[in-house]
Amino acid sequence: MIPVSHVLTLSAILFTIGVSGVILRRNAIVVFMCIELMLNGVNLGFIGFAYGMQSMTGVMFMFFVLIVAAAEAVIGLAIILAIFRNKGTVDIEEINLLRW
Amino acid sequence: MEMQLIFFYVFAVLSVGGALSVLLFRSPVYCAMALVGTFGFLSAIFILLNSEFVAAIQLLIYAGAIMVLFLFVIMLLNLRTDKSPGLTWSLPKLLGVAVSIGILSQMIGVINSPAAKIGPKDIFSPQYLDEKGSVKVIGEILFTDYVLPFEIISVLLMVAVIGAVIIAKRHDTDSGGEG
Repeated sequence: MIPVSHVLTLSAILFTIGVSGVILRRNAIVVFMCIELMLNGVNLGFIGFAYGMQSMTGVMFMFFVLIVAAAEAVIGLAIILAIFRNKGTVDIEEINLLRW
Repeated sequence: MEMQLIFFYVFAVLSVGGALSVLLFRSPVYCAMALVGTFGFLSAIFILLNSEFVAAIQLLIYAGAIMVLFLFVIMLLNLRTDKSPGLTWSLPKLLGVAVSIGILSQMIGVINSPAAKIGPKDIFSPQYLDEKGSVKVIGEILFTDYVLPFEIISVLLMVAVIGAVIIAKRHDTDSGGEG
């Protein structure tokens, strides 16, 4: 029996690594990968709760998070592609049109 | 220590290592490969948590579909000409990372506090799932209790596909063609 608190700790660590990546990296594609990492950390948390509570609700939520992640990846990569066509870069420091 | 726990720790360390290499590798292709590895290790952890179907879905959708999409976009953009450094340290960014690590320590404190006791709340024990078949149980719940979210999420997927096509389409303004 794996302690649920250890699963949740791993989930929190993965989420934090994802947050740090979003803050630190400048390549928009790598920022997107770090967002996927955050979503995966959350998924691990859901599965950990489902395992500990012997419930199926966590598994269902994990499915929906997975599908939203897939939709988000598709739209986000299309946006990155369009930005690269217009500006010739994916460096998020140089994409600052809407910055105050 | 029992075998399950040893394997959990091994895969936990491997997945954290994979996540850190996503953060630290300079080339986007290496980052994508490290992320595929992380997804694989996480799917192994899902198997250890009695969720075999979720593990298969994780491998098929994340490692199989989403990461291939990422690699295609990296290939399409030809980022070898991109000379930006992998990591940049400035004061606001350091502050952000410090805050996120602070939140992590808070989360770990809450998770491991004695007040957070998680026990069995439902009937879906590992024995029950073995008896009925976990995929059958998941399908029954998905198409009874969760049928409305299921329908909505399928509409969301269709909208995402149409949106991606429209956003990524090349707009030929000079040729006078449609679109």
